[in-house]
Amino acid sequence: MPEEAAPTAQPFTMPVERGKIREFAAATGSTSDDYLADPHPVIPPTFLRTTLFWSPPGSGLLPEGIKLDLRRILHGEQEYTFFGPPPRAGDTLTVTPRVESVTTKQGKRGGEMLIVVMVDDFTDADGKLVAQGRSTLIQTGKAPE
Amino acid sequence: MTYGKGDALPQRSFGPITRTDIVRYQGASGDFNPIHHDEEFAKSAGFPTVFSVGMLQAGYLATYATDLFGPANVRNFRVRFSEQVWPGDVLTCDGTVADIGTDEATGEQRITLELRATRQTGGAAIQAWASFAL
Repeated sequence: MPEEAAPTAQPFTMPVERGKIREFAAATGSTSDDYLADPHPVIPPTFLRTTLFWSPPGSGLLPEGIKLDLRRILHGEQEYTFFGPPPRAGDTLTVTPRVESVTTKQGKRGGEMLIVVMVDDFTDADGKLVAQGRSTLIQTGKAPE
Repeated sequence: MTYGKGDALPQRSFGPITRTDIVRYQGASGDFNPIHHDEEFAKSAGFPTVFSVGMLQAGYLATYATDLFGPANVRNFRVRFSEQVWPGDVLTCDGTVADIGTDEATGEQRITLELRATRQTGGAAIQAWASFAL
C-alpha cells in the first residue's frame, strides 16, 4: 500500500548525444552500424538510464525520511516504453521524474523490504511524450548474507 | 528472417564478463554504485566480491533483441532481475515469439518477445519482455 503521496521532481533537460550513444552501445556488446556508424543514431533500448548524467545534483526524489542504502538496494525491474521510434542523437528531451509508489513488504528472510517505483517521463521539443522509464527498486531488510 | 508465434530465436552468448566490462558500463551509464567495482565496499555489504550491474545484463539482452528486430523498431523493453551475475560469467541469451498482432493504439504491427539471459550455471539472471514494430 502506498505510504506517501508521490512527489514530482523538477524537470530537467537531456540532450541526446551521438558520442554517448556509441559509448553506451559498445559497452552493452553492440557492433551495430545503426548505433556506431549512423550520424544520427537511434538510442539503444536501455540508453535512457543515462539520465543520471543530467539530473541536477541533490535532486533527491524520495519522500522525506526515506534514505536508500546502496549496500541493501536491489534493482527489481526496469521498463522502457517508446511511443513511436526511439529518440535519436540531436534530440533534446525533457525529463520529468516522479515517484509512483513507495510500499513496504515483509521480506522472506525477515526484515521489512521497501519497494520504490520511480517513473521518468520523456518529452520532445514539442512537448510530446516520446518515452517513459519505470524503475522498481527494492531495499532489503538487511544486507544479503 | 520472418518469425511466427511460438518460434524460438537463435541463441547468442556474451562474456565471459570481466571487471573491465562492468566498469566500462558504469562509465557509460553513469551508475557509479561502488558495489560493482570496489572490492572492499562489496565485502562490507556481505558479498564475496563485486558483481555486475543488472542494467549491463539488460543491455546485452537489448542488444540481442535489437540486432534481430532493428534498433528503430523497439517500442517496449521490460526486464526483471533474478540472479546476480559475477565476473567470469558467460550469459546466453535466448527467447521466443510470444505474439504477433496489431497494436490498437497505433495500428502498428507488433511482435512481442519473451527473452532471457542465462548464466553458465543454468541460473536465469534476467528475464525480459520486448515489443518491436514490424
